[in-house]
Amino acid sequence: MPKGEIVLGCLAPHPPHVVYAENPEQNEPVSEGGWETLRWGYNRLARKLKSIDYDALVIFTPHWQTYIGTHFLGLPEFKSKSVDPVFPNIFRYNYDIKVDVDLAEKMREKASEHGIITKMMRNQDFRVDYGTITSCHMLNPDWDKPIVTISSNRNAHYYSAEVMNEQAAALGRACAEAIEESGKKVVMISSHSLSHRHFVTESPLPEDMSKEHIYNHSQYVWDMKLVDLMREGKMRELIDILPEFTEQTIAETEAGGLTWMMAAMGFPDYSAEIYGYQSVIGTGNLVAAWDPNSVTREIVL
Amino acid sequence: MEDAEVLFGIYCPPHPQPLLSPDANHGYSKLRAAFETCRERIEQSDADLLIVYSTTWPSIIGHQIQAHPEPEWVHVDDDFHYLGSMPYKFKMDVDFAECLVDSAKSRGLHSRTIAYDGFPIDTGSVVALKLLNPDNRIPACIVSSNMYANRSETIVLGKSIRDALSKQKKKAVVVVVSSLSNRMFTEHIDPTEDRIHSPKDDEWNRKILEFFADGRLEDLSQLSREIHGQIRVQKVVAYKPAWWMAATMGQHNNYDGEVLAYEALHGSGGAVVTLTPSTGSVGDKEFDEDDVEYYHGDRDVLTKGML
Repeated sequence: MPKGEIVLGCLAPHPPHVVYAENPEQNEPVSEGGWETLRWGYNRLARKLKSIDYDALVIFTPHWQTYIGTHFLGLPEFKSKSVDPVFPNIFRYNYDIKVDVDLAEKMREKASEHGIITKMMRNQDFRVDYGTITSCHMLNPDWDKPIVTISSNRNAHYYSAEVMNEQAAALGRACAEAIEESGKKVVMISSHSLSHRHFVTESPLPEDMSKEHIYNHSQYVWDMKLVDLMREGKMRELIDILPEFTEQTIAETEAGGLTWMMAAMGFPDYSAEIYGYQSVIGTGNLVAAWDPNSVTREIVL
Repeated sequence: MEDAEVLFGIYCPPHPQPLLSPDANHGYSKLRAAFETCRERIEQSDADLLIVYSTTWPSIIGHQIQAHPEPEWVHVDDDFHYLGSMPYKFKMDVDFAECLVDSAKSRGLHSRTIAYDGFPIDTGSVVALKLLNPDNRIPACIVSSNMYANRSETIVLGKSIRDALSKQKKKAVVVVVSSLSNRMFTEHIDPTEDRIHSPKDDEWNRKILEFFADGRLEDLSQLSREIHGQIRVQKVVAYKPAWWMAATMGQHNNYDGEVLAYEALHGSGGAVVTLTPSTGSVGDKEFDEDDVEYYHGDRDVLTKGML
């Protein structure tokens, strides 16, 4: 069996606003659009994914928060409705998700071998989190590939952002080993915003773009610092400063997704593909990808 | 306006073990028994509604108030999914929820009702309502915990609840769903070996319970910041339950407190406590933080001054 590989890594933020703005049939609320810079970037990355041969999407999500280890979805199908607890007015999504349980179990096994506390989630009533659904919908609206969802163990809460970085990196290395042994081609997804300070009020029309802007300038400056490092292919350096970024911008990188993905991909020293940056209710959101194949790697923006 | 009538308050933990696995550990069954005692007391009272403030329902857009008349779902906890599912169907006091939103707005808070089929009611609220009000004998109101809110906003929210109770002339039992110390073990444990995560957490929990037993709720409210720094995992900006409970129950120390149970829940401190308004007063703390009646929002300090 040939070795498995990571064929693409995606930074895919999950504000439910982007799904709301797309008006897919699965989502009950109807919008007049909004957040086009982000959505059009997502649309272009989704088209690139269509041109890539892969077997599964593996997503690390901040909205399945676990404090007792790292958990993996462990049943082949989940069909239900996801209502966002924070923005229920814009996200009530009927989902039907297939899970690559073999790959999930392999990742769990490897993580466990590396000393990481793990658990398979095998309760059929479990509701898949909206972070998973939003990122996966935007990257693959046809839902024609199975996924693996990995919970975010909240090391940043219990210890520090530095501990989070170390543990997420260990998990990333374990997942990379599992992918290699599985023989599968995998797209990795780190599902989160960059800076993550929200406005605490909402416009009567959530998609009123005249009201949308970053929460404050320091958040923006930090976000751009990270984008610059991504363009320059300095992912090792970026991950090294991530604890400070996380603390200063209360960033959603606290969950560990970006560190996990970069560690799994060996901390790329090539340029990221930048697809779009835009604020959503004050938070900074970037759609980006890391393509290990230098032939298909692009300068997008 | 007449003063609000809060018959008594309950402080109880959000973890699902007392509901789903009470026999797995002697402590869990003691917590379950304490919930049962509270249930009986609610049944014996002439309360018109239960008002639940759950630390496991975070909000961002202001303060969300559950207003679906009969929310129904099968809930599963993110961490303890292996303990089983929690099917629920509750009865909400929609009139009160709408009145509370108006009251909150009139005090400067951003607030809205939530009434959507399938809305994910949080583990803490599900556990509390299933154990305290299993037959939906009286309706409930669930209030979110805004993740950015700090002291003034939380106290004003409590006062808004008193306003709404007064307007509707309703008698309430208030329920705070929160751990004491909230550091859990980060590995899976044999439930028979459950214990408080550290002696420090245990010592602080017992000190808090002394205050509860003495009815010193306002003193606890004043100590919230210290409690947050000492024994709370820094998930949110502050330990808010004591602020909310004290503000909702009248901001004083005149209660008969009763600690019905205190046990470990995967390392965290789980206590079931009741506070009943009385005439006696205990406590000698100096209250050095201003009281606040109206929430004025962010102070925008970055845009002022010399910078």
